[in-house]
This record gives sequence, C-alpha cells and structure tokens, in this order.
Amino acid sequence: MTGWPLSYLQSAGPAASPVARLAWGLGSVSVAVVLIVGVGLIAAIWRRRPSADDPMSLVPGASSASGIGWIYVGLAISVPVLAICTIWTLAVLGKVMHPASAPHLRLQVTAHQWWWEVRYPTSNSQQTFTTANEIHIPAGEPVEIVLNSADVIHSFWVPKLGGKMDVIPGITNRTWIEASDPGRFRGQCAEFCGAQHAHMAFYVVAQPRAEFDAWVADQLAFPAKGASPSQVVASGERVFSARCAACHTVSGTPAGGIVGPNLGHFASRSTLAAGSIPNDADHLRKWIADPQAIKPGVRMPAVPLTTADRDAVVAYLESLT
Amino acid sequence: MADTTTETRVPPSGPDLAAIWETGPGLKGWFSTVDHKEIGKRYLVTALVFLFIGGIEALVMRAQLAQPNQTLLSPAEYNQLFTMHGVTMIFLYALPMLSGFSNYLWPLLLGSRDMAFPRLNAFSYWVYLASGIFIYSTFLIGQAPNVGWFNYVPLAGKEYDPGVNIDVYALGLIFLGISTTVGAINFIVSLMRTRAPGMSINRMPILVWGTLTASVANLFAVPALSAACLLLWLDRQFGMHFFDPLGGGQPLLWQHLFWIFGHPWVYALVLPAMGIVSDGLPTFCRRPLVGYTAVALATVATMVVGFGVWVHHMFATGMPGLALSFFGAASMIIAIPSAVSVFAWLGTIWTGRPVFKTPFLYFSGFILLFVIGGVSGFMTAAVPLDWQLTDTYFVVAHLHYVLLGINVFPVIGGLYYWFPKITGRMANERLGAWSFWISFIGFNVAFMPMHLSGLRGMPRRIYTYPDHMGWDVSNLLTSLGSAILAIGLLLTLYNFWISRRRGGLAGPNPWDAATLEWSVPSPPPAYNFARIPIVASRHPLWEVRLKSVKSQSNLNSEIVLDDGRETPATSTLDAEADAVLRMPGDSLWPALLTAALAGIFFGLLFHLWWLSGVAAIFSIGFLAAWLAPVAPPDRAEEPLVG
Repeated sequence: MTGWPLSYLQSAGPAASPVARLAWGLGSVSVAVVLIVGVGLIAAIWRRRPSADDPMSLVPGASSASGIGWIYVGLAISVPVLAICTIWTLAVLGKVMHPASAPHLRLQVTAHQWWWEVRYPTSNSQQTFTTANEIHIPAGEPVEIVLNSADVIHSFWVPKLGGKMDVIPGITNRTWIEASDPGRFRGQCAEFCGAQHAHMAFYVVAQPRAEFDAWVADQLAFPAKGASPSQVVASGERVFSARCAACHTVSGTPAGGIVGPNLGHFASRSTLAAGSIPNDADHLRKWIADPQAIKPGVRMPAVPLTTADRDAVVAYLESLT
Repeated sequence: MADTTTETRVPPSGPDLAAIWETGPGLKGWFSTVDHKEIGKRYLVTALVFLFIGGIEALVMRAQLAQPNQTLLSPAEYNQLFTMHGVTMIFLYALPMLSGFSNYLWPLLLGSRDMAFPRLNAFSYWVYLASGIFIYSTFLIGQAPNVGWFNYVPLAGKEYDPGVNIDVYALGLIFLGISTTVGAINFIVSLMRTRAPGMSINRMPILVWGTLTASVANLFAVPALSAACLLLWLDRQFGMHFFDPLGGGQPLLWQHLFWIFGHPWVYALVLPAMGIVSDGLPTFCRRPLVGYTAVALATVATMVVGFGVWVHHMFATGMPGLALSFFGAASMIIAIPSAVSVFAWLGTIWTGRPVFKTPFLYFSGFILLFVIGGVSGFMTAAVPLDWQLTDTYFVVAHLHYVLLGINVFPVIGGLYYWFPKITGRMANERLGAWSFWISFIGFNVAFMPMHLSGLRGMPRRIYTYPDHMGWDVSNLLTSLGSAILAIGLLLTLYNFWISRRRGGLAGPNPWDAATLEWSVPSPPPAYNFARIPIVASRHPLWEVRLKSVKSQSNLNSEIVLDDGRETPATSTLDAEADAVLRMPGDSLWPALLTAALAGIFFGLLFHLWWLSGVAAIFSIGFLAAWLAPVAPPDRAEEPLVG
C-alpha cells in the first residue's frame, strides 16, 4: 500500500481513518448488493422452467400484480440497509468535521496556478515565514489549514490525512489534517484548474514535535549574509537578483518578487515545480533552462541565461538550506 | 413468430390518408417535413454521429492515458478533448438520442398521428443540429471549450480563458436549450392532449412516463443553465461581475446554477432509457412488467427527489454540516425508487420466460450495470466519503456506469428492439449477440478498473500522471477495454448498416409485443394509424391472450379522420375523446428560423454584431410567417363524433 501514495483506503490520521473505515464498509455493502443482484439476475434468466410448447406463448395468468412480491422483498431488504448506512455516514461526518481538540497550529495555504504557498505563523512571536509545496506539521496534533486562492478554484487534498476542501477565490475555507505518526504524505490539487492541474502536487511532512520546532527555527533563520559564500554562490545570488527576483522572494535577501514561490530555504525542499521533479542540481538546471518542456503552460518563462550564469544560480539556490 | 393475425389490425384503408400525410418529394420535402418518424430518425442518426465523435475523442484520450508520462497530447489539446467529450456525450448525444426514440415512438405508442406541435418538433430537431454544429465550429481551429463540461468559473472567465473557447460553450448551450425547451413542451402537450381514446394515464408505456418526467424536469432545469451561460457570456464580453469575486461576484453561484440544472438533467438522461427497458424487457419475458404502477411512480419520485440533490456535486465547497447532511441523506433516499425498478425488472425476468434475442441481452445486461452505477452513486452520496471520492476517477467510473450503462446499453437494446419497426427489416441476430458480448465485456474491462484508479487517488482531468502511483495497470486496462467497447459499438453500427437493406422482412409485430406501435405495418405509414385505436388496457395486443381485461381494445375502430391532417384530442387523465385536432402540414419555416437563429449566435460568437442584427430581423420575419394564420380552418376543434 505504500506504493499508492494517494490512496485513501489506508489512512494515517483521525480526519481520514473513520472515512477509510466507511469506505471499506460502504464498499463491502456495494459489492454485496452487486453480487446478490448479479446472482439473482443470472438465476432469473437461467432457472429451470416448465417447458412450453410455444416459446413465444405468454406466461399464463401473468399481470402487473403477479410477481409484485419481488418489489416488496427488495424494498424490505434495501431500505433498512440504506437507513443504517445513512446513519453511519452522518456519524462519521460528525466525527471528521472538526478535530477532537482545537488546533494550536494554523497554516495559511494559498493555491496558485499551479503551486501551493504555505505561510506559517509561529507560536512564540509575530514572526511568520513562507514556503511552498511542502507543508511540515507536528505529528499527533491537529493542524488547521486556512485556504485561499490567488486565481481560480483549486482543491486541497491529502488523501491519507483527510478529505478534499475546495479553495475558492473570494471565500476562505478551512479544513484540518492530522498525522498520527511521522511520515511523508502526498497531496494533490483535486479541482481542475487549467493546463497544469496534473502537476500541482505537494507533500505534507509530519515530524515529531521537537524535530518540527527545529525545522521552524531553521526556516526562521534567514541565510546569514557575508558568511563567506563561495564565489560561484555569490555570483549566483547576483544573477538571481537581476534575473529572477522580479518574481521570486528569497526571505532575508533583497529578492522580493511575489509572482512565484518564495524560495527561502529552497534546498530544504524535496521536489521542484509542485511535486513534478526531484529537487537536485541536475533537475534544477533543466528546469531553469526550459520550464515549459517539463511543465507546459507553467507561468515561469525560460529566462535566457548563459550556461555559467545558470550554473551559478543553481549553486546559489542549492546553497539555501 | 407466433401467430398474431387475430390481434393485428386491418391494413390501411384507402390512399387518402397517405396523400394527406406523406411528405412532398425532393429537397424541399426533406427540409420541410414534420413527420415525427422522420424527425425521430434524424434525431437518432445525428445523436449516433455525436456518440461516435465523442467516442473517438475518448479513444484518443485513452491512448494518452494508457501509460504514465506520455506526450501524445499537449495539456491544451487534452483539456479540449475531455471537455468536448463530456459536452458531446452529455448534451449532444444522451438526451437527443432519447428524444429521438420518443419522437419516433410517442405517437405510435399513444395511438395518434403526430406530436401535438409537429412544426415545433421539426424546429426542435433543426435547432439541435445547428447548435451541435455551432458547438463544434471552433473545434477545428483549436479553440474548443476547454475547462470541462461543467465549466467552473473563474477558470472559465475571460482572464484565464481569453479565446472563444468558452463563448462557444456558453452560447452553444443557450442555443441548444431552445431545442430542449420546445421539445419538452411538445412532449408534455402531446401527452396531455393526443393520446388515443381510452389510453388513460395508467395505461401509458413506461417510456412515456420517463420522457414526460424528463420533459417536465427540463422545463425547470434548463432555464438555470441558460441563465448561467448568459451571465457568464455577459461577464466575458462586457466585463460584468456575476461570477468575479474581485467585483463582488460569486464563483459558487455558477456551481449552484449549473448543478440545479445538472442533476435533474442527469436523471433526464436515464429515466426515458429506463423506460425503454421497462417496456422492452416484458416483450422478451413474455409477460407484463411486474409492478407497473410502482415503476411509474418510482420514475416520477426519482425526479422529484432529483431536484433536491444538486449539492452532492459540491460537498467539498465548504458548506455547513446541516446542509451537507440534508443533501447527503436526500442523495441516499433517491436509491429507493431505483431499487423499485431493479426488483421490478428482476421479478419480470424471474416470473417470465426469457427469449434470448439481442434486445433482451442488452436489457438484462443493463440491469447489472445499473446496479453497479447505483451503488457507486450511493457511496459518493456519503458526504465524508465523497470528500475523498469526488474529483477522482471513482466518480468518472461511476458516471460512465450511469451514462453508458443506463443510457447507452438501453439505447442500443432499444435500437435493436425497434429496428424492425423503423426499417421494416430484422437486424442480424448473430451479429447482435456478438455486439452485445463484446460491448459488455469491453465496457466492464474499461470501467471496472477505473474504480480502482479512483480509490488509489487518481484525480480526474489530468492529462498525464506519474508512475509509481498504483495507477499504471488499471489505466492500461481501461484503455484496452475502451478499444474493445468501441469494436462492439462498431459491430452494432455495421449490423444496422447491412440489415437495413438485407435483413429479413419484419412484418408488423416480429417480437409479438404488446403495445400499439406493433399493430401498424413496419415501417409505419405516414399517418401511423389508418383507424385511431380505442385502448382498453396496457397491452392492447396481448389482452385477449392474457385474459386480464374486462373490455377489449378496438384496433379497428370507426375513427378514420381523413378529412385533412387530423388526430383525436383526448382528456388528460382518462383520455376521453373530446375533439378532433387539425394538424399543421409540412413547412419550411422551422428550418429557416433555425438558420436565422444560427446567424444570430454566430454573430454573437465572433462579434459580428451586424450579422446578429440582420439574422434577428430574419428570425422575427420567419417566426411571423410561421405563426401567420393560413386559411381559416374549416373545423379547427369540434366535438368528435363516432
């Protein structure tokens, strides 16, 4: 099952587990209904019948009323089953609408065509930081997700941690997720949102509380300036400021564009282009060279850079740990 | 076949009726006919063409999705294809196909000579054809609608979709809505006024109940869609802000308007098809349908509840729990009338004596597909579970079991069933059986694994997918199955193509069926019934042998009505004859009015305001000419004597 990152039949948290059980339960009822009707149908077609001289002769004495028992019996079985399933469903609904305890952590997630912006408030100060396409949460705690859209309708979905919640421009929706244990869970935009709807994934990384706090501290520590960066990294930063900063922010530097994802602590993320490709120097180089080849329609243009400049930008970004 | 001569009516009387009712020759006749059978056939053929266009689109998409990370299609191409596939199947195939059956069959089933408004009937077809061409007009220049058949804003707004893609969608559906609306009115009035004397509402075939229910629903549902499309078009063309949150608009308004239309519409796509089965199955079980009244009431009940379930398409939009619970429960309750129908069909087969002809195969296969589509619908009705299932391939699997299983299979079965009536010749049984088994197996190979893709989290509407997601095998099976299904459908088409000339002569009633259409020659004469039947039961051609009725239907009555185009008018509930309706003859106005309307819509689409203006003037002129009183009718409506 680990091979099925988006399957919700195996769940990993209290917002998803009752639903997974409901899925198995209603699924079993459904399969049983299909089998019963299927067997009934086959039996009805091929059951032995007294032979008639003329196969086209009408069944003697048949009328609309004869055989009506089928409907009575069918309803007598299906209505109670339906009622029980409805009650169970409503019970599950009540259980997963809200977390058992009020969440301490509330994240602002903004959906863009075709990536996710994640804004963290921190508990001990008014400081916030912004990251993209990777949501770190403490394991074993409910986390509230406040959803807004920067453009069209998207849908926030981490199948193993909870159901979908649409992200609608002009409306602020809220949902919650909780991972019972540490782990890495794939998420995906679930509402068609244009050309690259297919490549709008993200990851939720659930960590033990201490590890999560350390990660937050790391994210708040902006890359120290003048800490003797290598020459190529320094030149990469210059190129980035000139060519990339109109769209991208790198927290703690003058780069302050707000069109694309904030690239602060870029190297700490595991994927590029909203879960499309792994985040390593090779893939990054190809991505910068021609984003349209990897994600046709993506808002990021191919910025013409010399090979040396591109390598420098790659080195700079990969230094942002 | 059994000897039915005792119950088959006397062949047509004189040449008078033929002269009165037959369409004139040549091109003019072709464009001006109002013969419901001709119109019905055109509906059927046009809808079949759209079925195959939509099918080809599906096959191209399945080639792209057969394996992960393929690049056969660009995202832009894929998005147009999946949108046009949905628009084509839902709007241009599914309902028009059923309208085709009903147009062809209603007067024959009801014992009358034409629909209540024959010219409106022709108009309804022409507008359907024109709007279909309109919707496809930008496909070839690569600017087809491209944000899905439910076309959510703001993605469908000017800012994110500046081309004509969405304009053609919005205007095209308004245009098509005209056809649906006038067609619905025609069905409703035909039902209320033009049934044969004695065909009280408890004697109507279930197909009639299905189409009636769908038509009433369409009258309430289609305006919501037309309004939504108009608002969207105004948003896009004139910068209005109905759906734009930055201008105080509300994107969710589109979703409510669309699904208030959309969900009843989905039932309109299946209820008449279920009626086809309810009427056809008993013929091959050699007994009347079990629980006629229950099935008829279930048909109506489905639609009544069907108007209260639209929010189940919007469970994930962030609604309060109370609303979710209400719409979730309503969506579960709607399973009950479906269960009534299923057990009625099962009981009919069990207590009957099956005759294994091709239509029977399709009808009984349909029952299984109906149940599979039903239970997956029941799962998506469960709100918290729907939060996982919605917008995944599970829903795609569900809607294909519903729309292919409950629409296409009964439709193909119905085509086999009425093929002898329409063409006068029998379709090939061997090819028919092969077509069924290939289609049935192909369908299930394609769409059963699709549930699995969905349960493993595959989102719908993605143009490609990564490997290692657990979706590879199920997608490959779906692609293979869809190819097999296509072969089965092509075999049916081939069968019809060769059988229409070479099949054995059918005679009036090859299946020894019970209803009125089988009492007339195959194909039926232009006037349908030489003598208007007087109906005394649901099974006019079986009632003697069933010994179940006290009085007998009279298929050889004295009601000839050959003083011009005439058909009897009857009261709504009990079908007591109360007048003779004088029916209008062939006319070019419906086709001309449609051409002018098309001019308006094309002008609006391409901002050729002058064209729209000129076409509007022509439209008014054609409409006036159409409605202008001709000669004073000598006996418009007068009491029926004899």
